Amino acid sequence: MIKQIKKILILSIIASSSLFAQNDSTTIRTLKRISANDSTEVTNQDAMFARPFIGIGKSKTAVGGYLEGNTNYFAEDGVTEGYSMELRRFNIFLYSKISKRIRFLAEIEFEHGAEEIAIETALIDFEVNPALNFRAGILLPQIGLFNANHDSPRWEIINRPLSSTTIIPSTLSEVGFGFYGKFYPGKNIITYDVYMVNGLQHNIVNSEEGKTWIPAGKDEEMFGEDNNGTPMYNARVAFNNRKLGELGVSYYGGIYNTYRLEGEEVDDKRSVKLMALDFSTKIYKATIQGEFVSASIDVPNDLDEMYATKQLGYFAEVIYPVLNRKMLGYDNAVINTTFRYEYVDYNIGTFASTNENIGDHVQAFVFGVGFRPTAATSIRFNYRYHKTTDILGNPPALMGGFQFGFATYF
Amino acid sequence: MKKSIFLALSAIVFIHITSCDKLVPGAPEPGDTIAEPTDGLTPAQMAQFIAGDELFAKVFTPAEGLGPIFIQNSCEGCHVGDGKGHPFNTETRFGKLTPTGFDFMLDKGGPQLQFRSLQNYIAETLPPGYTHTSDRIAPIVIGMGHLAGVSDADILALADPNDLDGDGISGRVNYVEAKDYFNPQPFHIQDPTQSGFYIGRFGKKAKEITLLDQIVFALKQDMGLTSDFDTEDLYNWQIANGAVDNVPDPEVGSDVVNKLLFYMRTLKTPTRRNENDADVLAGEQVFDQIGCVKCHVSTMKTGYSEIEALNNKTFHPYTDLLLHDMGSLLDDGVPEGDATGSEWRTPPLWGLGLAEDSQGGTGYYLHDGRATSLEQAIGFHATGEASNIANNYYALTQAEKDNLIAFLKSL
Repeated sequence: MIKQIKKILILSIIASSSLFAQNDSTTIRTLKRISANDSTEVTNQDAMFARPFIGIGKSKTAVGGYLEGNTNYFAEDGVTEGYSMELRRFNIFLYSKISKRIRFLAEIEFEHGAEEIAIETALIDFEVNPALNFRAGILLPQIGLFNANHDSPRWEIINRPLSSTTIIPSTLSEVGFGFYGKFYPGKNIITYDVYMVNGLQHNIVNSEEGKTWIPAGKDEEMFGEDNNGTPMYNARVAFNNRKLGELGVSYYGGIYNTYRLEGEEVDDKRSVKLMALDFSTKIYKATIQGEFVSASIDVPNDLDEMYATKQLGYFAEVIYPVLNRKMLGYDNAVINTTFRYEYVDYNIGTFASTNENIGDHVQAFVFGVGFRPTAATSIRFNYRYHKTTDILGNPPALMGGFQFGFATYF
Repeated sequence: MKKSIFLALSAIVFIHITSCDKLVPGAPEPGDTIAEPTDGLTPAQMAQFIAGDELFAKVFTPAEGLGPIFIQNSCEGCHVGDGKGHPFNTETRFGKLTPTGFDFMLDKGGPQLQFRSLQNYIAETLPPGYTHTSDRIAPIVIGMGHLAGVSDADILALADPNDLDGDGISGRVNYVEAKDYFNPQPFHIQDPTQSGFYIGRFGKKAKEITLLDQIVFALKQDMGLTSDFDTEDLYNWQIANGAVDNVPDPEVGSDVVNKLLFYMRTLKTPTRRNENDADVLAGEQVFDQIGCVKCHVSTMKTGYSEIEALNNKTFHPYTDLLLHDMGSLLDDGVPEGDATGSEWRTPPLWGLGLAEDSQGGTGYYLHDGRATSLEQAIGFHATGEASNIANNYYALTQAEKDNLIAFLKSL
C-alpha cells in the first residue's frame, strides 16, 4: 500500500484520482471524498475527471475546485513595477454521476477575483463502452498536453507554458460534441478524442497584441453561435504505456474568419491549423513532460509579415522529487525541484523587403522549488527568465524575476 | 539528516543569490538606449511622459478605429524602440506630375499608400496614372522637443538660399501652409510673401511646422486614426468613396494626441558613446574639415519652454533643419510645400550609432533605407549641393574614413 501511495504521489502532476479515494478520512459525516474517474489508468484523457470531489450525503452530485495565488517581482531591462500579489484563479467543479454510464462535469472559473468569470466546462458524457463515449457541451479540446490537464495544483511552475497559452490558446473551452474512448492493445492504452466545435473567430488577426494571436480568437459569443457557420475540428490520439509514459499527437483547426454575413460572402475563407505533439514519462523518480505545437494561419495577403502565417512553440520540463517523507507533520510530503525550458516563435518567415528572418520570439527558462504537504496542494517558488526578441530581431529585452505562490484543490 | 542539511543549505544559498539583483536584468548603459525621458522632468511631467509612452506603444484595434487601411497598428510598430524604422514598414507617397503642377491624387488615396487593411476590406494599390513615388522609412523620434524648441530665427540664420558665402551649400527653409488648428508661438515667423505659411521643420522634406502636425498626420496616414484635429477617415477609393471603418470619428481624442505630443517632446536626446575615444575625436575633426558640418550643424539651442527640462537648452542634433538640393541621386520627383523632388531636409544624425539596434541588426540609412552602410549613405551625397563634400570624403585616407565612421557611430 505504501509503495502504491508513493507511486501515485510521484505521478501527481498527471493525475491523482485514486489518492483522493484513499486519503483523508472525512471530518464531516455527510461529506466524503469520491472519485469521478472510473478507470484506474492515468492518461491525459482522464485528467478532467481525475480530480478530488466531495460528495454530500447520498447526492449524486459532488463538488470540488481549486484556488491559486502568487506573488510577482519582475524586472525587464532594469525597469520593474515592483512587488505585487495576485489571486489568479478560484475554480469550482461540479460532478454528477447521472447513471452508471452517464456523467456530468462542469467547471466555473473566477480569474483575478471577479475580473473574468467563465464557464470553462459544462459537459455530459454518455458511455457506450470504454472504446466509445459520446461527449457534448462546453468541452476542452484535446490539443496538446496542457489544455485538458491544466489545473494549477497539478503543476509546479506558477506561469502556464507559453506555447500552451499563446499558441495553443489554453484554456480553450468550446461548445461542441464528439467521441472519445480507449483501446487496450496488450499492456498499452490507446486513447482517442474527436470533436467538432464552434471554434475560434476573426480576432486572431488585428487584436490588441498587434500580431497573429490565436488566443484572441476565443470569444464568449461563440458559446451561443458560430461566427461563420463552419465548425472547427479537433482530434488527439495518444499511446500510453505504464512504464514508458504517454505520447500524443493532436490537431485542431478550421475556418476562423467571418467570411459570410447574412448568407453573403464578404471575405475569403481563412483557416487556422494547430498540430501538437506531447509526451509525459517518468525516468527513475523524475517526471519529464513537454509539448510541441506548430500553427499555420491564413492571413490576408496584405497583412503578411506583420501578421504571422506560421508559429511554433514548445516546452519541456523535468520534475524531480528531492525529498519525500513526513515533514512538518504531513505524511508523505514532497519537495520537488522543477526546471522548464520554453520557446515560442510568433512569426516564422522572412521579410520580402530585406530577405532577413522575421524575429518575434521568446526564449524562457524557469527554475522552481515546490513543497507538497499533500498531493492536492503545492506551495512553490519560481525563478523565471525571458529573452524577448521583437519582430525585427533587435537585441532582446531581458526579463527576470521571482514568484512565490500556492495552488490547492479543495 | 545529511540530505536535509544539504537541502537547507542549498535553499539558503539559492535564496541569497536570488535576493540580490544579479538574476534580475539591469538597465542598459545610458548610451545604449534611446527610449528614455529627458533629464529633469518633474514627477507630474513624468506621469504625462509615461502615459504618452504607453500610447506610443499601444496597438490600436479595429474596434478602436484602426484603419480601414493603414501601414501599422501602433506608433512603436514603425518607430521600434523610438528608433529608426525598417524597410518592412516603408511608407510610399505618390502622385502625378501634370502640366500645372504635382497632383497628390487625393481622390485616389493620395498622398500616401496604405498597403495594409482590416479583414473584410482591401488594401490600397497604386492607382492608375501615378507618375512618381517616394519611399520613406520611419525616422528616429528622439529629441523632437528640442528640435521643436529651436526658434525660426535661429533656423533662418543658418539659411543661405542664394549661396552668398559661395561654399556651394544653399540651405533654405520650407514655408508650408499652417493647419487650421495651428497656434503660432512667439518664435514662429510667417512667410513674408504668403499669409498663413510658416517654416516647416518636421518630416523628410520639412513639410510639417509642428510636432502636432506630424503626429496628426501619422495617426491618420500611418494608422488610419482620425482625431479631433483631422476628423475625415481614410477609405479605399477602389471600394468606394466613404467606405470607412465602423468607428465614429474622431477615433482618438485630443487627450491621446496631446499625450503623444508630450511624450515626443520629452524624449531625451541621445547619449553619445565613446565620445572621448581618440578615433572618434579624430573623426569629428574630419567631419568638420570636409564640410559635413555645414549642413549637419552640430549645435543648436532651444528657446523658452514651459517645461524646464527643455528651456534654453543647448543640444547637438547635427542638422540645420533646412532644405538642401541633393541632386539627381536622391531626386524622387515628389514635391512637398516648397521642397522640390531633389530637396530634402537635413536629417539629424544623432542616434545614428544606435540605428542598427532598432532596424534588426542592419543599418538602413537615408530617407528610404536604400543605403545599408554609412559609406553608402555618404556616396548618395555625390550629386547636388553636397557633391563637394562627398568628393572630400573620397579623397580621405582609409584611416580618416574609418575615424569619420567611428565618429558617426558615436552619435
